[in-house]
Amino acid sequence: MVKKEVYSALGLTDAEYQKIEQIMGREPSSTELAMFSVEWSEHCGYPRSRNLLKLLPKEGKYPALVGEDSGGIIVDDLAIIFKMESHNHPSQVEPKQGAATGVGGIIRDIFTAGARPIASLNSLRFGLLTEPYNRYLLKGVVEGIQFYGNCLGVPTVGGEIYFDESYSGNCLVNAMSIGVCKKLELARAQASGVGNPIMYVGSSTGRDGIGGCSVLASHEFAEGEEKRPTVQIGDPFTEKCLIEATMETLATGHVVGIKDMGAAGLTCSSAEMAYAGGSGMEIDLDNVPLREQGMEAYEIMMSESQERMLVCVKKGKEKEIEKIFEKWDLHGVVIGYVTDNKKVKVNYQGKVVADIDTEALAKAPIYDMPATEPENLKEINILDLNSIPQPKDYNEVLLKILASPTIASKAWVYEQYDHMVQVNTVVLPGSDAAVLRLKGTSKGLAATTDCNSRYCFLNPYRGAQIAVAEACRNLVCSGADPAAVTDCLNFGNPEKPDRYWYFKNCIQGIVDACKAFNVAVVSGNVSFYNESPKGAINPTPTIGMIGILDDLDKRCVSHFKNAGDRVLLLGETKEELGGSEYLKVIHDKVAGDAPELDLEKEKAVQKVVYESIQMGYINSAHDCSEGGLAVALAECCFVNNLGVAACLIPGVREDAALFGESQSRIIISCGPDEVGRIEELCVENGVECFNLGKVGGDKFIINNSVSLPLETLRESWGKGLSKYV
Amino acid sequence: MFEAQIKVTIKKTVADPQGLTVKHALESLDFQGIDEVRMGKFIIVKLKAQNEAEAKAEAEQMSKKLLANPTIEDFTVDIK
Amino acid sequence: MKFGVVVFPGSNCDQDCFHVVDQVIKQPVEFIWHKTTKLDNFDCLIIPGGFSYGDYLRCGAIARFSPIMEPVIRFANNGGLVIGICNGFQILLEAGLLPGAMLRNKNLHFICKFVNLRVEATDTPFSSGYNKGQILHIPIAHNEGNYYIDDKGLAGLKKNNQIVFRYVNNPNGAIDDIAGIVNKNRNVLGMMPHPERCSEDALGGSDGRMVWESIVKWSKKKSTAR
Repeated sequence: MVKKEVYSALGLTDAEYQKIEQIMGREPSSTELAMFSVEWSEHCGYPRSRNLLKLLPKEGKYPALVGEDSGGIIVDDLAIIFKMESHNHPSQVEPKQGAATGVGGIIRDIFTAGARPIASLNSLRFGLLTEPYNRYLLKGVVEGIQFYGNCLGVPTVGGEIYFDESYSGNCLVNAMSIGVCKKLELARAQASGVGNPIMYVGSSTGRDGIGGCSVLASHEFAEGEEKRPTVQIGDPFTEKCLIEATMETLATGHVVGIKDMGAAGLTCSSAEMAYAGGSGMEIDLDNVPLREQGMEAYEIMMSESQERMLVCVKKGKEKEIEKIFEKWDLHGVVIGYVTDNKKVKVNYQGKVVADIDTEALAKAPIYDMPATEPENLKEINILDLNSIPQPKDYNEVLLKILASPTIASKAWVYEQYDHMVQVNTVVLPGSDAAVLRLKGTSKGLAATTDCNSRYCFLNPYRGAQIAVAEACRNLVCSGADPAAVTDCLNFGNPEKPDRYWYFKNCIQGIVDACKAFNVAVVSGNVSFYNESPKGAINPTPTIGMIGILDDLDKRCVSHFKNAGDRVLLLGETKEELGGSEYLKVIHDKVAGDAPELDLEKEKAVQKVVYESIQMGYINSAHDCSEGGLAVALAECCFVNNLGVAACLIPGVREDAALFGESQSRIIISCGPDEVGRIEELCVENGVECFNLGKVGGDKFIINNSVSLPLETLRESWGKGLSKYV
Repeated sequence: MFEAQIKVTIKKTVADPQGLTVKHALESLDFQGIDEVRMGKFIIVKLKAQNEAEAKAEAEQMSKKLLANPTIEDFTVDIK
Repeated sequence: MKFGVVVFPGSNCDQDCFHVVDQVIKQPVEFIWHKTTKLDNFDCLIIPGGFSYGDYLRCGAIARFSPIMEPVIRFANNGGLVIGICNGFQILLEAGLLPGAMLRNKNLHFICKFVNLRVEATDTPFSSGYNKGQILHIPIAHNEGNYYIDDKGLAGLKKNNQIVFRYVNNPNGAIDDIAGIVNKNRNVLGMMPHPERCSEDALGGSDGRMVWESIVKWSKKKSTAR
């Protein structure tokens, strides 16, 4: 009998260990036990989330591809593959390498699907920058993303950064990547065809990151620094060569299947490729290129060394594939063959070290977790507006909110990322969504990531719906038709019922919102155990979304273009301040409910804006989100240095009119002659349209509430983040 | 087998922004009396040679040809 | 005329340069793998941007010893046109085809943004289509673009009118605001900004396009003169 200390140290429970013995019909070897422990960990096997994840819609208005490691949609003869993944825990421990390898891993998931990566985005969340360690994390993460992404030649075109106390001690790094290929060139992550060789390609294997995914992603943070040795080191140069070699390899037509050795390395790639192909696999670890001496079998099977992949090729073609990898100075060696017994058999130094049924490995047990609403949430949800004093000087309030790092300009970050390589980026960072052209077509692709986790903390179901709605809104403001979703679900310890309650409700919110917008969730990732000794992070279901522009020329940006243009606000402004940045920054309060959301109203507003862009009526469109109308208006002014004179929305208290975060609102600008046409469209669709004012001048004026030189606003907004770094 | 330890530093006449930044960082940590910080690279080359002199000559050639850029960098070679 | 785009392991603007020559200025173009030792019938070689060999050791230091560089140097010495962009510029410096060296950007960060350049010399095959003093809106994207040359070298560049582009607002600390230079024979250009990233209106401007068109014009004139 294997000692309890051994399997416990690997993260397995008594029940899981007994189940393994039952499956094996004998005592498992140490290698087998290690393989089960990583495959059944939350990171690989999703035992605590699979039950809920299957609720996510797999179909939408675009034909969806839900693959083994990534997913996408079909647009004409193109497949657009995309996915978002977390690298939170490694980044908290070693921000540069954690973020870099996060980018590397997600990009490998894209090109192993056969798609050349064309863009990356990042959703980043940190604790407040007043703490030195959070500044270190921000700098390190940005450094890691630029170090890896820039070298690869994949542009980092967009994303978001939030700062909130709940991420102090557990930052979030969610990396998204998008790739494109011809529909017919898609590759699978499977191994089949008895006797077909299995090739190990890429970098060599060392002890780095052993147990990284299961250890790091399946426990809460206590003493982060001690975990440093399990963090992997990224080598973007090798990955760049790997991309090119893989593209050449796939072009030969000799590849049966290909998979990244990401989390859980060779264990995961071998078992899951065999399982997906309905076959078995026998591999010989003596042939694995090692970079360290004296490695045990279990170490080789669990290593998370970066920039490696497993490829199943057609028999007799292995020499040809070897040559391609040789050309790029990469390893490319046969380490085994496909078998027909549905088992993964591993040999090392003349012994069989593991022989396991692939299905048993690949299908982790499923657990039903208890979920209960947090006791104090009802109390937090109460917000009496009468208890919130209205400020006297709104100029000062606006400047303060613009300088809040969550709102402030992110130029310091995105100017360190190469966002133009590949010459496709037609809408640069800083607008509502990035827009890329799809070379060889007249179409475009828009992409965004969104999630206001404060809303999710106050109301997980609605907060998650808002994340989806806002992502759609950002795409529509860029002229795109929202097409499909990838989600990166970051939560606390699922074994705690209040954390799991958040998870459950957020999923339900995503499900219902995606159904309303008729978009599929094609890929995603779950990251649990995001906790520090201070507690869980805000529930953060990050939504990554892409949209399609049928005609690239009909794209739109968020900033004002012409003096004299009229400014309209579409959508209704309600008297709500719950969860707002204003409440937090000015009154130091996180309270109330998330803003209301009516999905039908939301769709109507988006329809009006989408059609107005198609008809060429409008010159700019900007989503009203954190910081409310006043902040959104200011953001419209900065790029072209155009001021605005606007009036105040009547019927709600002044602070709510300026800074309330009512949903389903979009600021547009248009020539004076177009106002009537847009108003007509609004009437047709039952959308409120409010004539705010006029673009022009060098001042920013909202009725009698705010009047400031635009330069003063820019000063606050421009330095809000960069002053900390 | 000899071990050549090669130090490559930015020339005195060339501004070294990295070194300057590190100097400021050290000063902000209250280290006083720092005159200058220069950043560089430390490269270890293990090589076969007949004797120490030959190993040194070889490592110096490597440094001249590839490891250092004479326009902006100086180097020193130590043989262990 | 025929263009060649040299591809090193780690080059990442090779396909962008190819795209512009092929799709925008519509001239014949081929990729040249860095292990190639013979060049046939090229009129202009592009050394593209990227991170050749991961920028390990020093930007361009390892690429400079790739087999292709010997024929490239011969081609340049025989008067062939060579344009090195970003990492390509760094490789040309390391190879000694252009004088000087690159240091890290003064702010120690990678910088990717549009900047303004001033055209300082138009008597080169790469800039003849511009007007002297013209301001170009063009992207940069680099970590080591802080051009350095000693006083004597700088005096030489000025004397021979070798400085082709200067930054209007120096972003990286480059000496004398230098963004691009030619060799004495004026057939080798190195520049940090990326003309291939602004050769089409869809990309926010096409100020870089004239670099390619100047090359084509110069080449045509040369072949009629022959």
